[in-house]
Amino acid sequence: MGKDKLMDFDKALELYEPVLGFEVHVELNTESKMFSSAPNPAHPSQHDAEPNTLVAPVDMGLPGALPVVNEQAVRYSISLGLALGCSIAPSSRFARKNYFYPDLGKNYQISQYDEPIAFEGQVEVELDDGTLVQIPIERAHMEEDAGKLTHVGGATGRIQGAEYSLVDYNRAGVPLVEIVTKPIFGAEANAPKLAAAYVRAIRDIVIGLGISEARMERGNLRCDANVSLRPRGQEKLGTRTETKNVNSMRSVERAVRYEIQRQAAILAAGGAITQETRHWHEDTGTTSPGRPKSDADDYRYFPEPDLLPVAPAPELIEELRAALPEQPAARRRRLKADWGFTDLEFQDVVNGGLIDAVEATIAAGAGAAAARKWWTGEITRIANAQQAEAAELVTPANVAALQALVDAGTLTDKLARQVLEGVIAGEGTPQEVVDARGLAVVSDDGALIAAIDDALAAQPDVLAKIRDGKVQAAGAVIGAVMKAMKGQADAARVRELVLERAGTA
Amino acid sequence: MTDLTQLSAAALADKLAAREVSSVEATQAHLDRIAAVDADIHAFLHVSDHALEVAADIDRRRAAGEELSPVAGVPLAIKDVLVTTDMPSTSGSKILEGYLSPYDATVVARARAAGLVPLGKTNMDEFAMGSSTEHSAYGPTRNPWDLDRIPGGSGGGSAAAVAAFEAPLALGSDTGGSIRQPAHVTGTVGLKPTYGAVSRYGAIALASSLDQVGPVTRTVLDSGLLHDVIGGHDPHDSTSLSHAWPSFAAAAREGATGEVLKGLKVGVIRELPDSGFQPGVSESFRGALAAMEAQGAEIVEISAPHFEYGVAAYYLILPAEASSNLAKFDSVRFGMRLDVPGGTVEDVMARTRDAGFGEEVKRRIILGTYALSAGYYDAYYGSAQKVRTLIQRDFADAFAQVDVIATPSAPTTAFKLGEKIDDPLQMYLNDVTTIPANLAGVPGISIPSGLAAEDGLPVGIQFLAPAYEDARLYRVGAALEALLVDSWGGPLLDRAPVLGANGGVR
Amino acid sequence: MSEITPDLVRHLGVLARIQLSDEEVERLTGQLDVIVDNIAKVSEVATPDVPATSHPIALQNVFRPDVAGGQLTPAQVLQNAPDAADGRFRVTAILGEEQ
Ligand SMILES: [Mg+2]
Ligand SMILES: [Zn+2]
Repeated sequence: MGKDKLMDFDKALELYEPVLGFEVHVELNTESKMFSSAPNPAHPSQHDAEPNTLVAPVDMGLPGALPVVNEQAVRYSISLGLALGCSIAPSSRFARKNYFYPDLGKNYQISQYDEPIAFEGQVEVELDDGTLVQIPIERAHMEEDAGKLTHVGGATGRIQGAEYSLVDYNRAGVPLVEIVTKPIFGAEANAPKLAAAYVRAIRDIVIGLGISEARMERGNLRCDANVSLRPRGQEKLGTRTETKNVNSMRSVERAVRYEIQRQAAILAAGGAITQETRHWHEDTGTTSPGRPKSDADDYRYFPEPDLLPVAPAPELIEELRAALPEQPAARRRRLKADWGFTDLEFQDVVNGGLIDAVEATIAAGAGAAAARKWWTGEITRIANAQQAEAAELVTPANVAALQALVDAGTLTDKLARQVLEGVIAGEGTPQEVVDARGLAVVSDDGALIAAIDDALAAQPDVLAKIRDGKVQAAGAVIGAVMKAMKGQADAARVRELVLERAGTA
Repeated sequence: MTDLTQLSAAALADKLAAREVSSVEATQAHLDRIAAVDADIHAFLHVSDHALEVAADIDRRRAAGEELSPVAGVPLAIKDVLVTTDMPSTSGSKILEGYLSPYDATVVARARAAGLVPLGKTNMDEFAMGSSTEHSAYGPTRNPWDLDRIPGGSGGGSAAAVAAFEAPLALGSDTGGSIRQPAHVTGTVGLKPTYGAVSRYGAIALASSLDQVGPVTRTVLDSGLLHDVIGGHDPHDSTSLSHAWPSFAAAAREGATGEVLKGLKVGVIRELPDSGFQPGVSESFRGALAAMEAQGAEIVEISAPHFEYGVAAYYLILPAEASSNLAKFDSVRFGMRLDVPGGTVEDVMARTRDAGFGEEVKRRIILGTYALSAGYYDAYYGSAQKVRTLIQRDFADAFAQVDVIATPSAPTTAFKLGEKIDDPLQMYLNDVTTIPANLAGVPGISIPSGLAAEDGLPVGIQFLAPAYEDARLYRVGAALEALLVDSWGGPLLDRAPVLGANGGVR
Repeated sequence: MSEITPDLVRHLGVLARIQLSDEEVERLTGQLDVIVDNIAKVSEVATPDVPATSHPIALQNVFRPDVAGGQLTPAQVLQNAPDAADGRFRVTAILGEEQ
């Protein structure tokens, strides 16, 4: 591993045109599995399930067991197909893909072959620099996930050198939608970035639809990246490799870049690319060869006799189409303009998964800048400290209410942060926390003046400096007053009053 | 007291309901019969340890005044293709020796709920591949009419069990005739329901688009009684029909009056010539038709030009689906595992499957793998699915003219054990009359039509009806049965030889 | 004569994960040759205008509501396991890789 010769990326692009293709698998977050009623481990309530506790007879291929299609999975698949701009097949059907592997309980995968539920679409992808690219979609089809193998013995936990393997069938039968692109031309030097942006776009779409947790690190979203190169000016496509199951967007980008550099080096040296699957290694940032494509890939597909065609009524398709959320890319463009954020500010919101939270906070009455500041600032900081999701810590309504107290002068920023902590700790609404903790700003000048006079009397040297025109010396007095007021004073007003009492205002 | 094993299920059920006999008595009588004759017949792979307990429970519930189903307390034999929680389910294969299912097949669960008493699991050709039960990994079953002859297959165990009075009722499965052909050679009644009429959930799949579970009995009424228990929609089986089925027992009772024969149009297939059919089979068939005609039925010649392609289509579709259905037997989760020192899991799988599957099973898996493999799919599997369409059209055309189609249930009477075992093609041709119903999904019944003059062995007549018209088969079957039993002066099985010289099993 | 050869039968054995002995390969080659010659006749009538039938009774849209439940207990899952460890099925080392 890692012994591949690589060509400089820019040089590779000079000589060759990269052609990309992606197969993205999305695990649906239905309550039950694709073909059985066993609880779905891709549903958020089942993350911590013990091995082999979410298994129905059909998931482990028990003799006599039969599959029955999950209606919700079909609806989700149609919605996803529509969101990908696809046509929905008036009739689609399941097929068996036959191959032996211990993680496959029946030794065939129920998938869709010649009649997928959705076909011919396109997805708009936005690069970091704002460039829009249309990715052509060939098909999206329904299928089931396989179980999980753990390789034991040997140094790496990898398949090579393992003494034995353990099989857990919890994941077997998890509903999947596999999204297959057509060949993508013209990405050029943006190819690696485009790969990451495409996966991000799919993630945003499925999150927007609410049909998958879309956590790549959990395998909810998995990307196989196909890369081939062809010499400049050549019509015929080059031989492609398929890099499997890359589990973060950054890795997708790196893997595509690596493959371009690796393949370019081979081609330039007069070598040939082997059509094969390759594995991405996060630690070394390299890919290594897997199984070459061969005769053994005769999957003997045939129509699944235990299942019947799926023929969604046109009314159902229209119902689901009408319920589609705004396309994430279009929505982002609209919100960025509405809110007046800079690219950087907006990217913070997007990357934090906070678009919905910010939008709801603004809808509840907060200004856009303030809403962004709360969510990407203090709330995210607390979330990180607590290893929690920012959007789950506090409601947008409470954030808006908190900002309203700031706007009204009831709270300073610093007080507001204390109130936020109270709200997150479950002490109630911002107003309730203010009342309970007595945190409101002291707006009674009389109390402030008394505190200022005490502070000036205690620090006669400071008073002298102020009167000498060294106004910045007032800071020490202001600090003492704020301390005496337990922070519940407006520092600007205190400063005004200090100068006034010192007789310099 | 009368011998309880000689009673029909309907008669026994009446005695149980009237509390003239208890289920424990009835069950014990059948266990005794099994002990007396099954060493000769080998109909059972496993005899239940719980049958008497279950029977006692039914008796208790009846004594307590509980409302029970019409067949509660009647013993039942279960083909080993159906999974059961309290008995091993092997489908006749070594690869599943000792396998215990964590769930009951739907038909078994329904039988239990109706108070039927499972007696045991019956022998069968391995994974239901065969027409003689000689392909069982646990040794053949013998025909009660002649112990040197086959009891038919794949459900030879269930047919032999009812023919030998070891059980009044049995469950079978029919993929290409595995209920009807054994009925034919054992002088019993077997019905393959409309595809989807009875749940396949828990039936170890042979060919998913052909398999159908059904009743194996000695009378048409008994078949209806059992069908009423096991039939109807099952949400665990996607291909299960949500159809409002009438009572098949009621249809059989209605049919027994003979009214149905007046004006009944019975189709006889022009393309099924006498050649290839044993003379005694053809003769018995014509005799049954004449008896029906005498009661007002009209015999109509119909054409089914594509039936001759049925066997070929069947022996492509079945192995193809079977090659996939049997992939699950891989030594990982259940069943046999052969240790291969230093071998990979791939080696373990391949050697286990070589050792665990019998010859016929391997032959069909390889054939099915071939039929589905790249480059051959269109010519073989794809073409076979088209033949299916053509056979369905033949049926549609025929049923536009006639109410039922009649054929001999099989070309010959029971052949000798070992006679065809080395000639798979000859064995396959045995299913020529039964296969079209499976390809088209229509129901079929085989009832005894008499004995062949040349060998004195039983012959069956098959009736086929349009899909969903299972009740029609019960009416027609019961009508002919009543006529023939009357003409014979008693059931055909009365003429079977006496069994029991060699004692029992277990 | 059909195109069944010992090499083809051996290859089919690999696809079907059955370790056929040489003797089995030889016997199957002869038998399959005869059988295939007899069943190949399906193509005589399977003209392009005839649609394929994969289900004897045409149904569609048979679904199950998305309600979770009915999973086996871990003991039931493992009850027939030839070998198990840590609540999972145990198999010897795997040579090939995931699909
Ligand atoms: Mg793929
Ligand atoms: Zn896939």
